[in-house]
Order: sequence, then structure tokens, then C-alpha cells
Amino acid sequence: MFDPEIAEIRFGTGLSPALAAPRSVQDMLAGLTAPDDMAQRFPIEPYDRFRKRITDFNAARRGIRRNRGTEAEAEFQAQRKTISRSARAAYGDFFRNSLLRRIESTTGLRERLAFFWEDHFTAHGKVMIARYATSPYTEEAIRPHIAGRFEDMLIAAVTHPLMLHYLDQMQSVGPGSTLAQKAARKGNTRGLNENLAREVLELHTLGVSGQYQQADVTQLAELFTGMTLDRSLAFEFENSRAEPGAETVLGRSYGGKAADLADITAALRDLARHPATAEHIAQKLARHFVADSPDAELVDAMRRAYLANDGALMPVYEAMLTHPASWQPDAQNVKLPVDFVASGLRALGIGEKTLARTREKTLRDVLYLPLQIMGQPWQKPIGPDGWPENNSHWITPQFLAARLQWALLAPQTLRRDLPDPRDFAQAALGRRLPPEVAFAAKAAENRWEGVALVLTAPAFQRQ
Amino acid sequence: MTDFSRRGFLGRAAVLGCSAAASPLLTPISMAAVPGDRRLVVIILRGAMDGLDVLRPWGDADFSALRPGLAAKRDTGLALSDYYGLHPSLAALLPLWERGELGFVQATSTPYRDKRSHFDGQDILEAGTVDLAPAGRRSGWLNRLMPHLPGAEPRTAFALGREEMLLLSGDAPVSNWSPDVDVTLTEQGLRLLELTMQNDAQFGGAMAEAIALAGSDGDGVTFTPGDGDMMSEMMGDVKAASRGKAHLKIADFAAEQLRADTRIVSFSLSGWDTHNNQARTLKAPLSALGETILHLKSALGAPVWQNTTVLCMTEFGRTVRENGTGGTDHGTGGTMVLAGGALKGGRVLGRWPGLGMSDLYQERDLMPTSDVRAWAAWAMRDSFGVPRTVLERDVFGGLDMGTSPGLLL
Repeated sequence: MFDPEIAEIRFGTGLSPALAAPRSVQDMLAGLTAPDDMAQRFPIEPYDRFRKRITDFNAARRGIRRNRGTEAEAEFQAQRKTISRSARAAYGDFFRNSLLRRIESTTGLRERLAFFWEDHFTAHGKVMIARYATSPYTEEAIRPHIAGRFEDMLIAAVTHPLMLHYLDQMQSVGPGSTLAQKAARKGNTRGLNENLAREVLELHTLGVSGQYQQADVTQLAELFTGMTLDRSLAFEFENSRAEPGAETVLGRSYGGKAADLADITAALRDLARHPATAEHIAQKLARHFVADSPDAELVDAMRRAYLANDGALMPVYEAMLTHPASWQPDAQNVKLPVDFVASGLRALGIGEKTLARTREKTLRDVLYLPLQIMGQPWQKPIGPDGWPENNSHWITPQFLAARLQWALLAPQTLRRDLPDPRDFAQAALGRRLPPEVAFAAKAAENRWEGVALVLTAPAFQRQ
Repeated sequence: MTDFSRRGFLGRAAVLGCSAAASPLLTPISMAAVPGDRRLVVIILRGAMDGLDVLRPWGDADFSALRPGLAAKRDTGLALSDYYGLHPSLAALLPLWERGELGFVQATSTPYRDKRSHFDGQDILEAGTVDLAPAGRRSGWLNRLMPHLPGAEPRTAFALGREEMLLLSGDAPVSNWSPDVDVTLTEQGLRLLELTMQNDAQFGGAMAEAIALAGSDGDGVTFTPGDGDMMSEMMGDVKAASRGKAHLKIADFAAEQLRADTRIVSFSLSGWDTHNNQARTLKAPLSALGETILHLKSALGAPVWQNTTVLCMTEFGRTVRENGTGGTDHGTGGTMVLAGGALKGGRVLGRWPGLGMSDLYQERDLMPTSDVRAWAAWAMRDSFGVPRTVLERDVFGGLDMGTSPGLLL
């Protein structure tokens, strides 16, 4: 059962030589409802602030277009450059701060959950500086709801401007809406885009094996019409885009009177409380934290906790953390690259003092690019289904070589005085230090190889 | 510095006293019969290459007037025929043209139209379908070819480079490698690495292969102290990318694998989005393309090169008119570059649509006269003998390949 080292390694962000591990499951859970100290200490701007960067950037581009060949053009060009440089710098800070949160936290579980839910609700900008908006989205739509109810997170994510952009909801127009009719009179067609509706059913709620039909996708897509962005890229519900009439999703009817966002949120709440959603979420959490094929009883305990509490997440986490299958001594899962890198830095004691003054270029070469070579470019999974969970995806020659290369290069680039590998092995693996790794740390010819051998040892790479 | 081949790795492990059956690091990579001798290299040119500047249609009366800056001077030394001339940055490829090892397809494109987004255009090119499946359910046409190659193993196809290649992604297992990964350890470090992996079969097997792959890029895996700065060498591979030599490392690695059991390699070259001052900005990517092809040829050696076909494809062409900043903007019909000893080259394939106003697509772009997927399909048909129906139906999901262009020798 509960073991402070397993708590840090499997459910947190790794062992730290400086920070104390949680003392109990209650301790771990209490951390999630305590004030968000890491968000205070390493701030990331919410999307509501970030969107001004995008609108300013677009205004500068308009200025350039309208003043082609005049003196004013140069001024707008300069503006655009400044805005874009500042957004890139902010993006660098988001990256730095999200790593620091993992490295400095005494509630690693919160950081792991923030990642898990960000991945579950994958969304990112597809153009220009909107590409940097993922962290601001997470900060606003995901992080505040981690210890709350699933349905509140679902609504926050699905109605978020970045999601509406990412899954094409902002282009979707009800075929019978006034806007579509107006377009038709001018000879244009405006119609439905099912992308968001499909992913809500398949990825966000019921799961791909959920009992829904194409008709449910189409009906939900019709129900979603009206949700779009205003000129300032904030959320807007526009009646003229909404499909008139009621829609039926999974046998339940929504709307019918004047189009209303409340009908959409009602449908999302029902989807969130559906038994298939409980199963999907329980399964996914257990896979992420425990094993590729998690213990069926563990999943069932989590599923029941979800249903018994109307999708409140704390009881689900509690069910996971109080189940013996979660504490099996042998680690099953391989750390994702971002877990690997952050836990490596944490074990090495490379934290705020070092990273706060690391130059952006070093950060890029030593942390950002290596993640890409390990197969996990930061916040850029290929599709809305997020990162693969199965170990076999990550244990490939290329990805392992990239981890080894990083383990050899990064520690000494970031820290001049590398620790004695014997001490480091102890700090990084605690009582779980296998004899062969202890031997390798002792027998290494030099410090950097000793450190790298500990970091690349399967005992460190698994959680 | 010793070269640390896989054979060396096995030998060294034996010295350590591990039994071959017990040590997961020593699982040899077994190779079944590979699918024939033909090799196929597919290079994705990301950013939309301006075909009209690469393969200049001097014979078209409208060409020079559309491009007053870019087509100011006709260099007869670069003539491929009375009609076509080559871009000066590809001059080094002229001998290949003479030998029939270089060819082009003009005015070709994917089915993608009108929105002219790089993002979607590349996805359509690599997915090889008319419409895009939702992200996350996409696969690439080269991946869908794999189940139809008898004896195919993961090593039969390699996607190279730091970026994910949709072209080779999908259900069929393939290999990936990024030659800017390099690993250098002392001999002692390597032995200890093996020790730490000995109780984890999954890690041990993958790491053994990683060591073999990292050693096959020519600069070895092990380092003897005193032989120079190991760290700077390892960093060197990472930094090669920023020095603009990544393409040569990729070509080296590709050749190394193609000489052995690999039959298909895919990677991408970037830098083609020449909106401004194209006379200057197109030089670097074109030189890199030329160098890559020549490097592949020499590194493969004559016998393998004779069996090799190289297809270079881009997401779409660019506007026929030069824009206001000496560049070109996103267009439609583009150009495909073909190379290889297996190619029946020295030809420009595809029907020329003309550059008159009424000949153009939407009065701005070169009109596509063929589907770029059909050329790729014929290259696969002729290289691997895959039945036409399979290519049309399973690989490209509904394509008409038309009549055979007799692409290969």
C-alpha cells in the first residue's frame, strides 16, 4: 500500500533530494485542494490575457496589408515583429515555468493531473502566435477544475475559444440557421462541421467504444452551432449561426425554443454523467498512472467512485490511491519524455535557481529540442487524441538513444558541479535502487557517465 | 576511436561473460527475406517548392514576362532541352540528367485545392487521400503500402529526421531514426549501460539496437579518453542541423540502411516557402536537395544506386507570377523531381498546360494536369510489383493510375 517513494515516482514528479515526499494518501489528496502554490510562484498567463497578443498581431498584419508600399507599412512591420518576439518569449516562459512547477512542487500529483487533463482535452492553435496558446488554455480551462467535477472541466474545455478553433467549431453553421440562409441567397454554402461533436463523444466523454451513432454526432454538431469566437477571439454565442429546433443526442432532446448556450451545457453535463464516460475516464486515468493494462478491479473501483459522486474527481483519485493495485512495487509504465526530463532535473536539484537564469537558447537546445527527439515535442501531439500511452510507443531505438544522449549532455550543461553518481543514484531511486545501477554508478569512470547511467536505467525510466 | 558495430557489441558482451540467450541486449535483429532489390526514397519538400523556377519552361512564350526578375536571364549552359532549363543551384545534377538518372514531372499536384495551406497541403500529400481523415486517424500512403510487401519487417522502411512523418505513420510497424541523435560513451560506460539494462528485456533490446544505429553514422559510439572532446562531438550532431548539414547526415544514414535490408526511406527537406527575394532564398534548399541526391548516389554505390528511385514531392506549386517582393506565393500545380539509377530519366513527364491567362488555374496558378499520387503509385508498382488494384484501392483509397508512364528501367 501507500509508500512515499512510490507516491513521488508514480503519482508525482519524481524523488527530490530537497523536497519531502507526501506522508499519506490523505496528504496527497489534501495537496490538490490546497492553494495552488506553484501557479503563484511560476505564473502562466491565462488565455483571456494571451488573446490580446493574437488580436494585436492580426491588427499589425492588417496594417501591413492596407499600407503596402507606404511609409506606414514599415511601422506595422515593426509592430508585428515586436508582438511576435514577445509572444515567443512568453512561450519560452510557459515552457520554463511548467517544468519548474514539476521540479519545485511538493504536490507533484497536481502537475501530473494538469498534464493528464491537458492531454485528454488536447487543443492547440493552428496558426501564427495562436500556436503558443496551449499553456494559457490549460491555465484557464483545465487547471482550476482538476479537483472539481469532470463536467465543469468538460464545459470549460469544450466551450473554450482555443478548442473551438482547434476542432473547427468556429466554422460550423447550422444548415437551417439565418446565417446559412443568408449565405445561400448569395450563392454560398455554409454548413455543419462535425469535428468537435465527434471528438467530444469519442475522446472527451463516452470513448470510442461508447454506444453512440453517427446520428448522435450530427445532432450534437447541430446543437453546438452558435458557439464561435468574437473579433477579440473571446467566446461568443451567436444566435444567427444556431440550427433552429431541438436536437436529440443519445435519446434525449435538447433545446427547441430560442437557441441557448444552456442547452449545450445541459447536454455536456448529461454526457459527463453517462456510465460510458465513467468507464472511459477511469480506464484512462489508471492507464496513465499505473499500467498499460491496468488491474480491472482498480478501474472498477474508480468507475464506481465516479458514478457515485456525479463525476466529482476527488473521489476517483481517492479510489485510485487507496487501491492496492496502484502500489504494486514493480513499476509498469514508462515515463513519457516530459516526465523523464522533469523528474531527471528534479533529482539533480536543477530547479528555480538554475533554470530561472538559463538563457532561452540553452533552454531550447538542452530541454525543448531533446523532447522533440524523444518523440514528444512539447504540447504538440499530432491529433486531438493526445499522446500514446503504451510503453511500446516510447521504448524505441531512436527515442531511447535520444534519452541517453540527453542524460549525457544536459546535466553537465545545466550544472557545473555534478553530484557524485553514488549519491545521485540514491537520491533518484531511493530504496528502489537496483544493485546493478548502484554498481554502475560506482564503477563509472567519470561523473557525467555515472549520472547518465542512473538516468537511463530502466528503474529510473519506469514509474 | 573504435567503430562500435553491432558485431562489436556482441563480441564485447561475450567478453563480459553474458550468455547470448540470457542477455536481452544481445537479441540479434533477425531479417526475413526482404522484398526484392529495388529501393525507394521519398523526399517531402516542405514549404511548397516553386517548380517553375526549378525547371524553367523557357520554351513557353509567356514565361519571361510573368517573371521579370526571376526569369531575367536564360543560361544556355543549363539547358535540359530546347524547352526547359535547370535552376543554377542544381547545376551539379546535369551529369545525372545526361545519364538518364534525373527526371521531372511538371504541372502535377495532389487533389488539394484552393485553401493553399501548408499544413493541410502536406497532410493531404502524405495521407495520399482526397480528403483528410480527422487528425489522429490519419495514416500515410507509404505506411499503407507496407502490408503489401512480402517479407516486410519494421526495418524495411525508415522514417528519418526529427519530425514525425505522416507519410510513414500508421498501423504497419516501421522504423524511425533521427541522425541528429548521437551517443558517445567510454568503453566502460557502454559495458555499464548494458549491465543496467540486463533485467529489462524491453529496454535492453531497444537500447542494443539504438547503439548499433548510433554507431552506423560513421563516427562510432565509443570514445577513448584523450582522443578529443567527446562532448563536442556529440553536440556536433545536434548542431549539424543548425549548420545546415543535417541533410548530409540523413543521406548518409539512409544509404547505410538501404545498402543493408531497408528498401524504403523517407525524410523531408524544408525551406521552400519563398515569398520574398526568391533569387536568394531558393538557393539554400535547392543546393541541399542537389547535395542530398548526389550524396545518396555516392554513398549507395553503383550496384544499389542502379536499383534506387528517388521521388521528391511538394505540397503544391507556387503562383506563376512573381509577386511584389521578388518571390512567389502559394499556388497549385507544381513539379516533382525524380532521380535514381533505376529511373528511365532524362525526360520531363506530364502534359504542359501552358501559361496563357486562360490556361491557368484561377488565373494565377499552373493548371495541374496529373495527380501526383499516380506517379508515386507507378514508382511503387514498378519497384515492388504491387498490383495496380491494391495501389489504387488500398494504398490511395480510390485513385485512377491511368496508363503506365514507363517510369523505371
